[in-house]
Amino acid sequence: MMTGEAMAKQDDKHNPKLERLLGPRGYELSCDECFELLDEYVELELQGADADEHIPGLRSHLYGCPACREEHESLLALVARDGPASA
Amino acid sequence: MLVGERERTSVTPVTWAGREEVIYRHRAMERALEGSEVSPSEQSRAWLTALRGDGAERERAIARLHDLLLRAARFELSRRRAALSYVRGDELEDIATQAADDALMAVLAKLDDYRGASRFTTWAYKFALLEAGVKLRRRAWQDREVVLDPESWPAVADPRSSAHEELEQAELLEALRLAVEAELTPHQRQVFVALALNEVPIDVLAERLNTNRNALYKTLHDARHKLRRKLAEDGLVLPEGR
Repeated sequence: MMTGEAMAKQDDKHNPKLERLLGPRGYELSCDECFELLDEYVELELQGADADEHIPGLRSHLYGCPACREEHESLLALVARDGPASA
Repeated sequence: MLVGERERTSVTPVTWAGREEVIYRHRAMERALEGSEVSPSEQSRAWLTALRGDGAERERAIARLHDLLLRAARFELSRRRAALSYVRGDELEDIATQAADDALMAVLAKLDDYRGASRFTTWAYKFALLEAGVKLRRRAWQDREVVLDPESWPAVADPRSSAHEELEQAELLEALRLAVEAELTPHQRQVFVALALNEVPIDVLAERLNTNRNALYKTLHDARHKLRRKLAEDGLVLPEGR
């Protein structure tokens, strides 16, 4: 499934800045759904799994929601600092 | 043997055994909570057991959880410090402590929602990062005006915002303005202009409008959907995808 960012980039003739203002083109989670699944998504990312395949719509939401995007970036950095989840 | 002596001799060994058991369990729990000698799932179970327990064991687990959440909140502050250089260090520490306190309450209230899909610590961290992020965004905007008049666009569009600079091409700006006027309800217009164009943080707008992030984003999503449909008809953006 294409992410919102990838979808916006697929056709250069359209204005990327305007695309950004209009958010993801496809299915996206809500903020509450994003928060609910964010911990699982981050651990999948750190394990090298296909997080977008497991949790569709979360990456697109991050493209459209700056606040959730910041929290995703912070959680990813914080958990990465703690070390691997698999043992 | 007096009754009292028999009671003491029978009770004393039990008491010591009980203390040793408590000490053993305490040390095992400490190791489990640290996660240094156990698997992530065992560590998560240890957290749940300790937090659902009672007495001193639960109190110790809560104190450790608060330390963990405070560390996460300080981590978030350190990432945002550059944007908050004008805020005193002790105020930032207060924000971190408040975020950890609020996150602790949220985690304890939602323990039954934890599904084990991630480590317990990862699950708990997100509450602290959310609380810290919301507080920092609101602090950064506490002295800034949020213009909420949807009819005054684009005059209210902050010319200092990067979004405005990026849309300086007059044709695009005009097409967007017309679509905003024609397609959106007053509330959708208000939310789109504030969040997308003027880059007001969603938690700041939610506080000013007495609503929440999820409801505001739903409004933004619906507004974007309408605008994309209109602008795609004009060939300015891509249509909705799958």
